[in-house]
Amino acid sequence: MTMVLTAGLGLKPQHYDAALACPAAGLWFEVHPENYMVAGGPRLAWLEAIRSIHAISLHGVGLSLAADADPDPAHLARLAGLVRRIEPALISEHLAWSAWRGTYHPDLLPFPRSSEALARIADNISRTQETLQRRIAIENPSHYLKIDGHAWDEIDFLAELTQRTGCGLLLDVNNVYVSARNLGYSAEAYLDAFPGEHVMEIHLAGHSPDPNLGDALLIDAHDAPVAPEVWTLYARLIARIGARPTLIERDDKLPDFATLLSERGHADSLLRAPLAIAA
Amino acid sequence: MNTPMPGALARFQDAFALALLTPEPAAAIPFEVAAITTQPAFAVYRNTVMKGCVDALQANYPAVARLVGEEWFRAAAAVYARGALPADPTLLRYGADFAGFLARFEPATEYPYLPGVARLDRLWTEAHSAADEAALDPATVAGIAPDALANIVLHPHPSARWAWFADGPIYTIWSRNRADEPFDGDFDWRPEGALLARPRDAVEWVALDSAGCAFLDACAADGTLGAAAQAALLARSDADLAGLLENLLRAGAFVKMSLNCSHP
Repeated sequence: MTMVLTAGLGLKPQHYDAALACPAAGLWFEVHPENYMVAGGPRLAWLEAIRSIHAISLHGVGLSLAADADPDPAHLARLAGLVRRIEPALISEHLAWSAWRGTYHPDLLPFPRSSEALARIADNISRTQETLQRRIAIENPSHYLKIDGHAWDEIDFLAELTQRTGCGLLLDVNNVYVSARNLGYSAEAYLDAFPGEHVMEIHLAGHSPDPNLGDALLIDAHDAPVAPEVWTLYARLIARIGARPTLIERDDKLPDFATLLSERGHADSLLRAPLAIAA
Repeated sequence: MNTPMPGALARFQDAFALALLTPEPAAAIPFEVAAITTQPAFAVYRNTVMKGCVDALQANYPAVARLVGEEWFRAAAAVYARGALPADPTLLRYGADFAGFLARFEPATEYPYLPGVARLDRLWTEAHSAADEAALDPATVAGIAPDALANIVLHPHPSARWAWFADGPIYTIWSRNRADEPFDGDFDWRPEGALLARPRDAVEWVALDSAGCAFLDACAADGTLGAAAQAALLARSDADLAGLLENLLRAGAFVKMSLNCSHP
């Protein structure tokens, strides 16, 4: 039996009890595995309790796949341990780097999309998938900087990674909107060209204008409800590629669980339209 | 042997990582990233990295943050972060040396109790994330014949952490701030110790005297109950050993008991 994942929510410690009690059908939760890489204690107990009721997605920020280095074996081993323990429905990471030469930068950092980077990232994804014995999904990043020296278009780069490694993709529609606004391209054209057959998961989140630069620079801050423009892009995307597990991310200015659940309900209702057509 | 030249990706990452911590777009910025670090948007990465570090320290050191206030704490945490970014993406582990940093941090000299409070916040985090084990049932020890007691070894619970503070009422200050109780400075200025452990779901803590800390130090070094009792009496000649053992067992300080075979 395969459980059909519809719309999910990022899980925050403040909402554990409400999440545990929530009966919504198809609801699933996503967490950063780094927050659960501990020997024991209440964090793991909470996650296991929720896992006994709902599907869990592990969305990593620490593998640093785009660093010119092998994934840290200790970190990868801890991730593999958590995957065995939680048996997540989905596993994902970012097209970015964060750990470099023994230092972890709590951010998702950019790089020039060169053929050298492509080979290194493909190798790192393959090592990860071999260790975990699972297919992982790679997320498109938010962009703020104009970087010279991109030899590859981002969509071609991601598509090539799927070809070389068999990985899937996590399409963050808010990241597409923010990046398109910041760097000056069409979000619609980007989404229309994205290889839909490899999309294992979709992310939706809110963004905010930069405190200094205003609307000239949008920040993928996950501190607001999903913007109307992003909902429109999302509807356009799933009309083309069909329903996919869709997550509402919220990390800052956290509202109560009921508010998030209602936002999740909106994604759920949009998702069920293509499901109904397919049925 | 020749070291291979780093590739363009590695050179970019070296330069980018350096620029993240270099505050001004100055000559120190490597040329590989000069064209991007001069863009106003580069500040997004600088700010996000620093915010991530400071948020993590604030989450990991709540009693310190409450004592000094958010503004002072975040300024101090930013100084710490610039000197020591995390080594590990599990930010719960970040800031292991924050207590040591506070002891050396000149603006913190007006808060002499701060390093001790930071140490207890750290011990709480360690207890919180330690391996799950059932605590030793006090009845197990109660059933040992009196003449065999001196040769048993009590092994501390994986979550048990203890510390003795000879220079002030650190435990009182910490526990009042950890529990969000009013902090009015109304307490005796005397040495104190503490035991933290997680025998059940959540971390619990009790005051512990110098005899108790010396007793647990001896247990952690695989000393027998006899050796631990001697250590406790050395720390405090009037120690109530029976009462001490009972309190430690009740607090869930031990995970198991074994017999020391080298002293039949």
